[in-house]
Order: sequence, then C-alpha cells, then structure tokens
Amino acid sequence: MEMLRFATAGSVDDGKSTLIGRLLLDSKAIFEDQLESVERSSADRGFDYTNLALLTDGLRAEREQGITIDVAYRYFATPRRKFIIADTPGHIQYTRNMVTGASTADLALVLVDARNGIVEQSRRHSVIASLLQVRHLVLCVNKMDLVDYDEGRFDEIVAEFSAFAAKLDVDDLTFLPISALNGDNVTTHSPNMPWYDGPTLLHHLEHVFIGADRNLIDSRFPVQLVIRPMSHDHHDYRGYGGQVAGGTFRPGDDVMVLPSGFATKIAGIDRLGKPVEEAFPPDSVTIRLTDQIDISRGDMLCRPHNQPTVTQDISAQICWFNSDRKFEVGKVYAIKHTTKWARAKATDLLYRLDVNSLSRDEGVDSLGLNEIGRVKLRTTQPMLVDNYERNRTTGSFILVDESTFETVAAGMIIGAD
Amino acid sequence: MQTQLTHLDALEAESVHIIREVAAEFERPVLLFSGGKDSAIMLHLAHKAFSPARIPFPVMHVDTGHNFYEVISYRDEALDIYGVRLIVASVQESIDKGRVVEDTGPRASRNRLQTTTLLDAIVDNRFDAVFGGGRRDEEKARAKERVFSFRDEFGQWDPKNQRPELWNLYNGKHRKGEHIRVFPISNWTEMDVWQYIAREPVLIPSIYYAHRRRVFSRDGMWLSESPLIPMLPGEEVQEMTVRYRTVGDLTCTGAVESPATTNEEIIAEVSAATITERGATRADDKFTEAAMEDRKKEGYF
Repeated sequence: MEMLRFATAGSVDDGKSTLIGRLLLDSKAIFEDQLESVERSSADRGFDYTNLALLTDGLRAEREQGITIDVAYRYFATPRRKFIIADTPGHIQYTRNMVTGASTADLALVLVDARNGIVEQSRRHSVIASLLQVRHLVLCVNKMDLVDYDEGRFDEIVAEFSAFAAKLDVDDLTFLPISALNGDNVTTHSPNMPWYDGPTLLHHLEHVFIGADRNLIDSRFPVQLVIRPMSHDHHDYRGYGGQVAGGTFRPGDDVMVLPSGFATKIAGIDRLGKPVEEAFPPDSVTIRLTDQIDISRGDMLCRPHNQPTVTQDISAQICWFNSDRKFEVGKVYAIKHTTKWARAKATDLLYRLDVNSLSRDEGVDSLGLNEIGRVKLRTTQPMLVDNYERNRTTGSFILVDESTFETVAAGMIIGAD
Repeated sequence: MQTQLTHLDALEAESVHIIREVAAEFERPVLLFSGGKDSAIMLHLAHKAFSPARIPFPVMHVDTGHNFYEVISYRDEALDIYGVRLIVASVQESIDKGRVVEDTGPRASRNRLQTTTLLDAIVDNRFDAVFGGGRRDEEKARAKERVFSFRDEFGQWDPKNQRPELWNLYNGKHRKGEHIRVFPISNWTEMDVWQYIAREPVLIPSIYYAHRRRVFSRDGMWLSESPLIPMLPGEEVQEMTVRYRTVGDLTCTGAVESPATTNEEIIAEVSAATITERGATRADDKFTEAAMEDRKKEGYF
C-alpha cells in the first residue's frame, strides 16, 4: 500500500472541516466515541448541527475561539492507500502553518465556495502550494448544492482559476465539483451532477500518480551519522547512516564524498540490518564504502559526474515565521540544511512577494511574520545544495534564531546552478 | 524497477531518520518505555536504526508500581535481547520522598503522579532528548504536537507557541535544563502498528492477545481483578476471554472482550473497531474534553 500526504487549507466557512469529516467518516476513520464526543460538544456549544471542525480542532484555545490555530494531522486509509492529511488554517495570519503543512505534501487540496468563486484566499493557498513545489493541486468547487448543481457556474470557476494557475508552477491541476455536506462526488458519484464524468475526490486521491514526483536521477545521500559497532562480531564495520535524498544507490556504484572530493565505491548497502541491492528516496539505509575515508555528519555522497552545487552563497525564497523579530539584511542566523548546521548572514533582500497577486514589492528592508521574499545568504561553511524545484530535500533549509532557538524561516533554494 | 515504498517502509524510514537525528545531535537521549506496543515498536526501530551497532541510549520506565506482571517480564526479556540499559523511575519513590501525594479511594490512580516522577528523572539524569511512542492518531491534542516538541525548564508544553516543523529538518536547539520530547512514530496509526508487528519480529507483551482473565466492569470498562484496585459495592468478578488494546497502569487500563490470538486476527478486529483504543481502554482520558492537553502541558508523556 502506498502513502499519500496531502495538505488542505481553508476555513470553516469553506466547508473544509465538513469535507475532511466526510472523508474520515466514509472511510471509517472516525470512531463512535469521537463522533459522540463531537456531537456532545456541538450541542454544548449551541450548534444545531454536528460541527465536524471540533474533530480536528484539538486544542482548548481552538475550541474556545472556534478557530483553527495550528496544523492538525489526520489519518485514514482505503484498501489502496494510506493518507496523511495536514489540515491547516487558511487565514493569512496562519501562512506559516500552511507552509509547514505543504512542505511535506504530495498534493494540495484547495476549496472554493461555488457561490463566491475564486477569492484571495484560494489564490494564496495555490501560490503557497506552488512555491513549496506541491506537484498536484486539486481545486474542489464546494457547495455545488447551493448553486443548483449548475455546470455553467462550475465552468466559470474552472476558467477563472485556470487563467490564474497558468502563472503557477503546478504540474497537475484537477477540478472537482462537490458538495461536502451532501457527499456529492466526495466518495460516490453524484446523481445531481450527471454532466460531470470525472472521478470522485476519493478516487482521485487513491489513483493520482505520485511515483514520478521524487527525484530518482540526481543521487544524493546526506550523511546523518557514522555507525561503528566496535563489537567483537563487527570489528571492522563502518557504515554511514542516512536517508536517501535523491537518485538511486547500488553496491558497486562510484561515488564522490563532498565537500572533501574523495572518490570511492559503494561496498554494500544495509537497509536497517539487511543487505539490499539498491536504495532510493526516502529509504533510510546504512552505506558502506570500499575505502576508509574521513566522513562525518553533514557530508554528502553523490555521483562523480552529478554533484550538488558547493557554495557559501545561497539565493532563496524564504517564508518568515516570527512576529517578534523581522528578517533584516546584516543579521546572522543558524541554518540547517539536510544534516548540516552552519551560520548564515543575510546579505540581500531583493523583493517581497505579494502572495495574493504574485507581484514583487521591491525596495523593502525587512520581512515580517508570514511574509515571503527573495533573499541572499552568506554561510560560514560551504553548503551542498540543489535547486528546490529539482530536489525538495537538498533544496530546502530552515533558519533558527541564535538567541531564542526558534525556527524563524523556511527557505527554498533557487539559482544554485 | 519498483521504487515506490509501501506505507510501512515509508513510515519506518521516516522514524529511523528521526531517531538518528536525535542520536547525532543530542548528548543525553533516553527512550521512554512503558512496555506497551508503541514502545515495543520504538525499541525495534531504534535497534534497526543503529544495526549492527547497539542502541546508543538507555531506556527509562516510569514505573507506577501498578504493573501487569506479564508486562514486566516482557520488559526484562526485550531489553535483554536488544542489549539496552534500563533506568526505572519509580512513582513509589516519589511518594516516599514526599514529592507527590497519592490519591486515596477505590478510584485512586497514580497516572497523574507519573508526570512528577518523569520530570524529576529527566532533571536527575540530565536528559536532553526524551523519546516517546506517542502517535497523532491517538488523541486530538497529540494530533497537534510536533515530532520535536520543545519543553521548557519546568517540562511544560506550550501548544500555542510550537516551533514550525518543515520537511525533515528538525530543530532540537535548547538551553541547559530544557529538553525536547521526540515522537518518531507520530504518523503511525494503530493499524500501521499492528501491520508492522505482523511483519517484523517485534516482541510484545502476551496480554495484547486473547487470554482468560478475571475481570469486573467499571465505567464501561473491564478492569482486571487485582489487590491494587479495591472493588466497589455491586461490582462482580467474572472470568472472560479478553485482550488489551493499550497497556498502561493496571488500575486505569481496561481490557476488551476478544477472541483474537494472532496478529492477523487483531488486524481484522482493529479494522472493524468502532471505538478508539484510548476511548475503549483508558479511564485517564475521560475526565474532560481537554484531559490529555492539560496533562501534556504539565509535562506528561
């Protein structure tokens, strides 16, 4: 069984919680005691319907205020796939949570209300999904029951969004007319929309092809740690533990160690205790080499003829997460990229991206909470980077405030080659 | 070429990555071990992460003293097989030292007292990373928790002010006295756990499988007959075929009626279950809607 991670963004008004509740209910991932608890809370709060948002809004503060503050992870499975939903709040003040949810998602699900069509929020969600290189975008036109299941209205929204999406970097765009409340086209085909002959939402989630989304070309293996048992049975064993970040590795392959530049061969690959013939992302394995070379955490194995860029100057889009301190040129942060920590000085801020219009605001001198901008950084050590659009693992980093240790930004590398 | 991992392989790879990050970046990690199936999986994953080397950190059992004897014998056997050192943090000792005061009465539970024992042991041993087997599907407050979950010098969790967590880039930076709780199996569900147990040679306590047991009904749960649980008027012991879906403190963990004696039968039972595992078997979660969130804020597992 495969696993698909998808992110949903939106507010209660869009019917997002109802949609998730529907998917969970129909795939039997909600249990009777959870449903009873939600029914009880709904009644206590004076709702005249079962508010499925109470299922996902797990924190006291969220239930008190009736809002979603943070990413909630939800799980369900069908016989075909296991699904992980990163359910994120949709309002602009929670952009950072949306970025967090989208960072690991294979697919993003954006909901629009059929009556209102494309609004600022739908555009922003799509831009963030595109920026985070979520390859599959599904636009669910919800509340079709409130527009009399009108095909014309659906087509209008499809046309409007398609025009906007042409500016985005999305490989696969799918439109679905649904009613989450009534279950139309969610898990079963709707008799109310005979004009729609596409898949239901669940069918799409079960079948969307994600096998080609990982980079299986550029071999990258960031070393996490050195495994040396130093025991009687494994006296000479020396392996490098890590998670494959790109391409494939096989015993006998020629590899190069960066940043040292030593060339060697793979003697063997152990997948958690057992030798295997190959490893590919996201396998966690231990690689043994034919030569005894000095290799430590933060180094990377790659192919001699296909190497990441080795640089101390990083150009990137970053999303700023902190409300107390702004991103400013001249400041120094801790940076974590794959398994390597270094320090990074902000050397330039080229523009701030308006996530609603995609326009670039130049001449800004800082980035505040939830703002996205194009920046340049100078690192204390050479980093081994790829463009984010080429590889989400070797193309991403976080910035950490050196005095508070908070994670203050997420970065996506551009122009590395 | 088959290059798409199954969901169990992908989950395993993610968990191993997390466990290795901790071993590489922290000085004094420890793995919390309750003897339940989630800690059994954690131990097995840690073993695989460093194989053929030994697990490079000890395990700690926060012991309420209210144990199923089957769980303790399992614990000692498992730790012996994996060759790890055991630290026992005893709630009884916390009571004896006057750190906590024990509840009295027939419904008394040491569940909540564990938090003090745990936090004291973290301070005494100067642990900077504490692995837990918590899963996000277990409970709605857990659904919001990060994989690397920051705890301040009082061991407190601040759910409204969590560090953003992106890609597989974990931020474990902290000051002396603070620590990080780490949940490598956050993304596993109860079903994933059972499928993994069926696939891997993971040892788990025998009480997860159906057996005959003398039990009595209280608050909709089947509790085990035990000198540790005083009976209330009207409660009657009967012998039934039961198994446990979760394993915790004996005084607040209920059994479920079940004939399932194999992993396959348990998987079939979990697929058909209509009540969550904690809802069916844990009295400690039933106090209020936010019972788990409140305990977690204080430093609970």
